[in-house]
Amino acid sequence: MGALDRKLFRDLWRIKGQALAIAMVIGCGIATLVMSLGTLESLEQTRAAYYERYRFADVFANLKRAPQRLAAKIEAIPGVRQVETRIVKDVTLDIEGLDAPASGRLISMPDHGSPALNNVYLRQGRLLAGGRSNAVLVSEPFAEAHGYHPGDTITASLNGRKRALEIVGIVLSPEYIYSIKAGDMVPDNKHYGIIWMKRQSLAAAYGLEGAFNDIALTLSRDAKVDDVLAQIDKLTAPFGGVGAYGRKDQISHAFLNNEMHGLESTGAVVPPIFLGVAAFLLNMVILRIIETERGQIGLLKAFGYTNWDVGAHYLKFVMIVTIVGVTLGCIGGAWMGRGLTEMYTEFFKFPFLYYQLDTALFAIAIIVSLVAAFLGTIGALRKAIVLPPAEAMQPSPPPVYRKASFGFSKLFTGFSQPVRMIIRHVTRWPIKSFFTSLGISASVAILVVAFFLEGSIDRLIEIQFDETARQDVAVVFEGAHPRSALAELEKMPGVLKVEPMRSVPARFRFDQKHRRVALSGRLPEGEINRLLDTSLTPMVLPQEGLVISSKLGQMLGAKLGDRIAVEILEGRRPTLTLTVAGIVEEYIGYSAYMNIDALDKVLGDQATVTGGYLLIDPVQEKNLYQELKNTPGIAGVSLRSTVLGSFKKTMAENMLIMITFYIIFATMIAVGVVYNTARISLSERGRELASLRVLGFTRLEVSSILLGELALLTAFALPLGCFLGYGLAWLTVSAFDTELFRLPLWLTAQTYGKAMLIVAFSAVVSGLIVRHQVDRFDLVAVLKMRE
Amino acid sequence: MKSEEQSLFKTRGLTKVYVTGDVEIHALRGIDLDIYQGEIIVLLGHSGSGKSTFLNILGGLDRPTAGSVFYKEDEITTLNDGGLTKYRRDHVGVVFQFYNLIPSLTAKENVALVTEIARDPMAPEEALALVGLEDRVDHFPSQLSGGEQQRVAIARAIAKRPDVMFCDEPTGALDSNTGTVVLEALERVNRELGTTTVLITHNAAISELGDRVVFFADGHIAEVKTNATRRPPSELVW
Repeated sequence: MGALDRKLFRDLWRIKGQALAIAMVIGCGIATLVMSLGTLESLEQTRAAYYERYRFADVFANLKRAPQRLAAKIEAIPGVRQVETRIVKDVTLDIEGLDAPASGRLISMPDHGSPALNNVYLRQGRLLAGGRSNAVLVSEPFAEAHGYHPGDTITASLNGRKRALEIVGIVLSPEYIYSIKAGDMVPDNKHYGIIWMKRQSLAAAYGLEGAFNDIALTLSRDAKVDDVLAQIDKLTAPFGGVGAYGRKDQISHAFLNNEMHGLESTGAVVPPIFLGVAAFLLNMVILRIIETERGQIGLLKAFGYTNWDVGAHYLKFVMIVTIVGVTLGCIGGAWMGRGLTEMYTEFFKFPFLYYQLDTALFAIAIIVSLVAAFLGTIGALRKAIVLPPAEAMQPSPPPVYRKASFGFSKLFTGFSQPVRMIIRHVTRWPIKSFFTSLGISASVAILVVAFFLEGSIDRLIEIQFDETARQDVAVVFEGAHPRSALAELEKMPGVLKVEPMRSVPARFRFDQKHRRVALSGRLPEGEINRLLDTSLTPMVLPQEGLVISSKLGQMLGAKLGDRIAVEILEGRRPTLTLTVAGIVEEYIGYSAYMNIDALDKVLGDQATVTGGYLLIDPVQEKNLYQELKNTPGIAGVSLRSTVLGSFKKTMAENMLIMITFYIIFATMIAVGVVYNTARISLSERGRELASLRVLGFTRLEVSSILLGELALLTAFALPLGCFLGYGLAWLTVSAFDTELFRLPLWLTAQTYGKAMLIVAFSAVVSGLIVRHQVDRFDLVAVLKMRE
Repeated sequence: MKSEEQSLFKTRGLTKVYVTGDVEIHALRGIDLDIYQGEIIVLLGHSGSGKSTFLNILGGLDRPTAGSVFYKEDEITTLNDGGLTKYRRDHVGVVFQFYNLIPSLTAKENVALVTEIARDPMAPEEALALVGLEDRVDHFPSQLSGGEQQRVAIARAIAKRPDVMFCDEPTGALDSNTGTVVLEALERVNRELGTTTVLITHNAAISELGDRVVFFADGHIAEVKTNATRRPPSELVW
């Protein structure tokens, strides 16, 4: 190792605290990058392998009842490779020990052999082949939620008849990685399960022998998905088809995509912030080092070291700090990524897990950080490179301070000399001071986002459960019923009030774009289930016309007053042209509404319902649940308490970890910036401050000059950080804006307050550390030191 | 007195003007001087007389506003940055008033800093022995006295066997006893290695050490005096 490199390492060691603080900031950014993109990569690979091995279908379609021969016609559609017909039925379950009614999805399995598509992975027990007619397989999350093992039985209501089903095996399915009930936001494994049954038995129960009501199919590589979907719709329409859809609208796949999109957004938004702050800190430190080592630079050049030798020396300094940071970040990120992937595997129930970190990811991490560090410090390095040796040997001229310009100086009159020193020092280097404040404000901003996420989810829950879907129970019937059917519900124990609901499968077309979404009929002024307009105030549904959620409007490109073609996918299947008469705000999914009477009218029906919203007396809860379980013709029951509970649990699992990391990371930035600023200030002004000590200033007075400056910069950074935090929250909201889920941009005084408190606290701690160093000043040594 | 052919440096009309804002400072006003191979030449003058500027230009650390400097046959004033760097690397040794040691390197490492990039260096230990610091090689600058530090600086300058040594107030920060030790080291190097030495001082007593003394005043050469004999440092009184 050359003498110059030895100098490098000793110098680095001398400022190890600062160097480490910067390395940690880089490390946080890189850890986030490696964690999110590494996990994303792993999830993608795991999912792809799972899909391939268990033959997850490309296209799905549900219909009422079609003869088996229709399958051959579908198979003949160009681009279709393989078709699997099935019987799929949603049923209510009566689970021992569970008061509330649960629902399940029954899916047929071929009587012999395994399904051609959407095969299951056996975790426990055996498959159905050769078993009895009431043998079933259940999904693992559901089995786990109830502690089921092969040999246990469950009771399901098949076509109005209660049947005991014997669990023979516990399985996983690529089709239900995320097993979520239609209309729900998060999985609720206690109240919703997937159950596989022999086709023969299921067909017998529903009178579907020689027929099917669901198809899944795979496509050839060059198939045009939209064309195939249109052809299937045409073929299935006479048989009550409600519209075919591709993987992107398959609920489990879409939720998984949503989760991956979140990882991708995290990987794209967070690391640049950290690397930006790190680049700034590196710049600040290296600039100061170059300033203090002017003499040494001149000396090296005087001895014949080239400009590039000198530049490279300081560049190495930057690079070493960066590499240390990247290394820490890669290790931390790989570790966190492994944990996150394991969590996902557990949460999503993958049968296996691929966690192989791609070396390319590390390469990207290293390159990105080195480039950021290089760009951040190139200006400072240039100073060292172009410094002429003779000039370098001169001590740098004292900085030019000015009296505040006219008008400003009046403000100064009341201040003591130390306060003037603080203000002059800050205003002497306005850009540097600004960037210091900006660095501190970055940590405020990140914390604002962390607390915003927390608050926003609370707000989302409030909007969703207290202001919109205020029902205690939502009941969905099997098929459509006259509105009088609600009277049955009203008579049930504990039911205080019932509101009607009608849901019709439909496809919305506007200007080349189309979406499959249920058209919901509601009371114009529902009190239980309400709709909120874009300013989140309850809305009265217009007498006629369509009301769409802002997300659906955005997806179709439609706005108020536009006329949308609505193809109804059941009954006589009319195509209606409806005017958008209102926009509602929703944060989950996307939907379309109409006044229920208007809906009945346009469809030419008498008053019809497909379900109802109930307010109940909690005391009678158990009796009501029992009654609902015993009522035939009910396809599903959603309970506010369980939906809310599982929503909170899911959010807590996913978001809390994220928020915790953000808080740790932001604190590191705060400490990194404040500590570095204080250290540099101390090194720049050590002589000045020591002189003041000699003049009789106390330690407290001297350190208050140094810390006063920091306090001033931090005070400026706090509001700036809140402002930036709002912007970053806005960015986060846009980044997490998906078809499934959005976050309300909801920031409260508490959000900002907590963020500012943490940063202020970190600043105080860093300040105290540096103050400790001021207290230990060797006055004589500092004064003897040649600047 | 050495002959014209042996001159190592020739400066002609060397002028340097510093411009700071609206103020022009004439540091050098046309210096013509020849420096001969192997001599010790002392530049004497008050601060601001231009002697440091002159030394910096000769050392390839600075460029003149006008005029030329010849090093042997080469006009160094026409060299670009890279050329000047190579000139300094191959031919020049510098000693400063404030030692300018790298605080994070030991005595030996400070010397090695130079020997590592030199064409034909002596071992750092050898250079340190020449200035009498053979038993201080592994000390850091903070562990050395002022005189010792300056001797390390001299060792650092001579280790590459330069053709010329430029010393800017090498004793300026030292008391006379320590200064004497430093000057002895310089004199010994000149004597034993034949290194041409240009020494700046504002201390008239030191001028007796040199073969010739050049008096600088206000950017001019006021006088050039030739000493009949060089007086050894131990006999100087200051």
